[in-house]
Formats: sequence, structure tokens, C-alpha cells
Amino acid sequence: MTSNSASVVSARDLGLTFQTSDGPVNALTGVNLDVAKGDFVSFIGPSGCGKTTFLRVIADLEKPTSGAIAVNGMTPEQARRHRAYGYVFQAAALYPWRTIEKNIALPLEIMGYSRDEQKTRIDRTLELVNLSGFGKKYPWQLSGGMQQRASIARALAFDADLLLMDEPFGALDEIVRDHLNEQLLKLWARTNKTICFVTHSIPEAVYLSTKIVVMSPRPGRVTDIIESTLPQERPLGIRETPEFLEIAHRVREGLRAGHSYDE
Amino acid sequence: MREESFFRDKLLPISTVVLILIAIWYVAVIFLNAPFERDAAARAGSEIGFSDIVRNTMAQERPVLPAPHQVVAEIWDTTVNKAITSKRSLIYHAWITLSATLVGFGIGAALGVLLAVGIVHNRAMDRSLMPWVIASQTIPILAIAPMIIVVLNAVGIAGLLPKALISTYLSFFPVVVGMVKGLRSPETIQLDLMHTYNASSAQTFWKLRWPSSMPYLFTSLKVAVAISLVGAIVGELPTGAVAGLGARLLAGSYYGQTVQIWAALFMAAALAAVLVMIVGLAHTAVLKRMGAKA
Repeated sequence: MTSNSASVVSARDLGLTFQTSDGPVNALTGVNLDVAKGDFVSFIGPSGCGKTTFLRVIADLEKPTSGAIAVNGMTPEQARRHRAYGYVFQAAALYPWRTIEKNIALPLEIMGYSRDEQKTRIDRTLELVNLSGFGKKYPWQLSGGMQQRASIARALAFDADLLLMDEPFGALDEIVRDHLNEQLLKLWARTNKTICFVTHSIPEAVYLSTKIVVMSPRPGRVTDIIESTLPQERPLGIRETPEFLEIAHRVREGLRAGHSYDE
Repeated sequence: MREESFFRDKLLPISTVVLILIAIWYVAVIFLNAPFERDAAARAGSEIGFSDIVRNTMAQERPVLPAPHQVVAEIWDTTVNKAITSKRSLIYHAWITLSATLVGFGIGAALGVLLAVGIVHNRAMDRSLMPWVIASQTIPILAIAPMIIVVLNAVGIAGLLPKALISTYLSFFPVVVGMVKGLRSPETIQLDLMHTYNASSAQTFWKLRWPSSMPYLFTSLKVAVAISLVGAIVGELPTGAVAGLGARLLAGSYYGQTVQIWAALFMAAALAAVLVMIVGLAHTAVLKRMGAKA
């Protein structure tokens, strides 16, 4: 972590307990984490470890029940009101009655950008995700990977410096996923955004991140935080280097330590 | 997939069913109208042969069941051969009913949408209103229609509006039920997305809930427009049979004019079919504009 950069997300002893009909469920306990500006942080862990919940807490889609969290130095709710982040969901969640460019325009319309400004931003973000020329298409005319890219464009269209991504490529096949991972890294380098990325793929986490947060379930908690030693420039081939495998190994160990197999 | 053919896929199956129905109808005409012919022959003290019975049952003046060609002739006579302004024109009566239907349908659809919006956005309305909406439809319309007419007449409202209100009473229901479901149809993820944009509830409504509900709206409008017509006809029954298809039906039954009743029935059916078809076309047009697959 670069020492002079401001903290974008900072969690102190954060906890969240869901009250369900089967009694309370500890989705998160004692989470301490700092995400610095420009970081690419991956959250990895088995289902039920609270990685998505943590992302939703940052986004003010869930309220923590204990501890403290600050996003850009504000509460998550203030941050949301300031439109501090773009959120990319597991499914593309494009509105089927809007064309791709109209989908990207959706947040811009809500936030009151002028027509001209909307047009410029749509063109720019479509170009960023390599979808130029597809603006007039409807979502169903695009493949799953292209739809997810459109949803990333939608999250990039307004000036949020923080991008929250919840397993955005989880439903895609590996070849498409590799390609999108590569593009995402380029996009991150170009836009200088801070990215929080939830995944359950070890290679994906290691390939993308500057920092990997390993989590484990029951109760959801952070078991390891790994600073990546990989260079900024990452061709796909880097995944065969010893350095990469070393980090991947440490992630796997962390996952194994936090996971009891007798359940 | 094979090419769709209008003749083989549309015309042939439909016309086959129509032909079978007409055949059954003619057989029924002979059976139902024959006793009258036999009685008449018996009173005259003469014998009547089967071929005469068949011929006569097709041309009675007040048959138990009129033959299809009699109904067609009556419809032709009362539409083409009469001036539209004439009290004997079926088109005149159909227009009276149609205007009440359309006014009632309009009010019903608007009321239904407004109630649905309230129910979806307001927990108190959801809890308190929905049971009453459902209860309203458990009261037989035949029982409540004369009450509405009488009560409104007493306060000086007569003519089109009472009939339209009966249409409204029937037609708002499917719209409320359909629209509540439609406005609640957006997935959690789509609502979450709006939340992350810090969208106001008005923005969420117009940009997400309203477009999502369109398929539900038109499906319920189709049901609503058909029962609006039923409502208008029912509303005409207790008005003392002045004008409208309902009045035609009532007058027909007073005077045993079965041909007239059937002609009015067919007119009503055709009207309903056209109305449903128009709503269907609007549905297709709207979905097309919303980028649905061709």
C-alpha cells in the first residue's frame, strides 16, 4: 500500500448479523480492512463467507450491525448519495426495453446530465469496454459477455472513482472470462479507478489484484490479506510464472485454513 | 422451422371449427323448432312430412332457436338497410352500448392503475385496500347494477354515466390485480441498481416499475375491455329498455323476438372481439417500441 494515498474504504471491527427465521446468522464478524486509492482488491472465499455482503455494505445495500465503516471518509449512505461508486452485479441487469446506449444513459438521466454530456459519456464508455457500434442494439441481441461489458460501461458512465464488482464474470465461460479479465486490467490502468472485486476463482483473484482478501464462512470473517508482488503490467502468460503460482498457493492455503471440511 | 402459411395455419383450422358449429346449430334448429310445427299441424288436423318440418323450422317468425341464416339476415337488415340514426338500427344500439363501454373502460383502467400505484407504494393502502378490491368482485353484478342505476337516478344522474360506472365496477378489478403484480415485477437486482444511483421513487417508478409492468397492463386491459362491454349491457337491462344492445336483448325477450336477441348477441360478441383485438394491437405496438424480439 502506498502510504500517502487516502483510504477509499476503511472498515473497523465491522460485523453484520442477519436475523432469520432460523435464528441469527453472522454474515460478517470483526472485519478490519483498508482499501487505498487506486487499489484493485479481490475478495475471495467459499459461498457464505460474506464477501458479497461486505461489498453490499460498502454500497449501502446492507446496514452493518456493529463496528464502523467509511467510504471516501463518509458513511456508506452519504457516499451513496454522493454517487461515490458504480456497482456491477453478478447478472448484467440491463433493462430489456432499453438499447445498450439507453442503458448506459440510465444513471446519467437519473443524475441529471445534459443530453450532450450523456452522448459524450456513452461514446466514451462504449469505447472503453470495446462495444463501440453496439449502442443501438437491444440487450438480447448481445452475448452474455457483451452484456456484462455493457453493464460495466453503465457503472463507468458517471464519475465514481470506486467500482464495486460482485462476481461480474461468474456466469461466463473461461475463454470469455480470460479475455474480460485482460480488458478489465487495461481499463483499470486507463481510468485509475479503485476496484473492489468479489470472486471465487483463485486465478482470477491473483491475476487481477494488487491485494487479495481471503475470507471464510461461519462466521464470515477475513482470514488473510495478501499484497500482490506481481508487476502492474500483466500479460495472460503471467499466470504460468512461479511468482503467480506462489501467490495462488498462499491464497489456497488461506482458503483451506478457514474452511472446515467436516460440514 | 417450416414456413407459416395463412391458409393452412390460420384459415383452415378456424373455418373447420366454424363449419362444424354451424352444422350442429342447424341440427339443433330442426330439433328445437319441430314441436311447434307438429303442434300447428295437429291443430290444423293435417299430417306434416319430415321434409316440410325441416323447411318450416328454418323460417319460423319466433323460433325457439333461429337458424343462422335468419340471424345473418336480421343483422344485415338492421345494419345495412336501416339509417344509423334509426331506432331500429343495430348500429345505433351498438354505438350506445359502445360509448358507455369505452367511458367505463377508460375510468376503470385509470382507477385500476391509480389504485395499483397506491397499493405498491403505500403499505397502509396495500393492507387496507386489497381485501376490499377483491370483496367488490364477490358481489354479483346483476344484483348491484339496478342499485347503481336507481341511486344515481335519484341524484339526477342518468343516461350514459350510470352504465359506464357499472362497466368501471367490473373493469377496474383485473387492472388493479395485473398492475400490482406488474409494478412489483422488477427483480431485486434491478431495484438495487436504482438504489445505488440514489434514484428517487418517482425515477424508480417511471424508469423501472412502469416499463416493467407493460406486459401485465395490456393483458389485464384485454380482460377489462371485454367485461366492460358486459357491464354496459347489464347496465342497460334495468333502464327500462330504451336503447343499447342490452335494451335490444330485453325487448327481444319481452316480445319473443328470438331472432332479434340473437342478432344483438352476435353484435355484442363482434364488438367484444374488435375491442380485445384493438387492445392486442396496441400491446404488440408498445412491446415492439420497447425492443421486444420480433
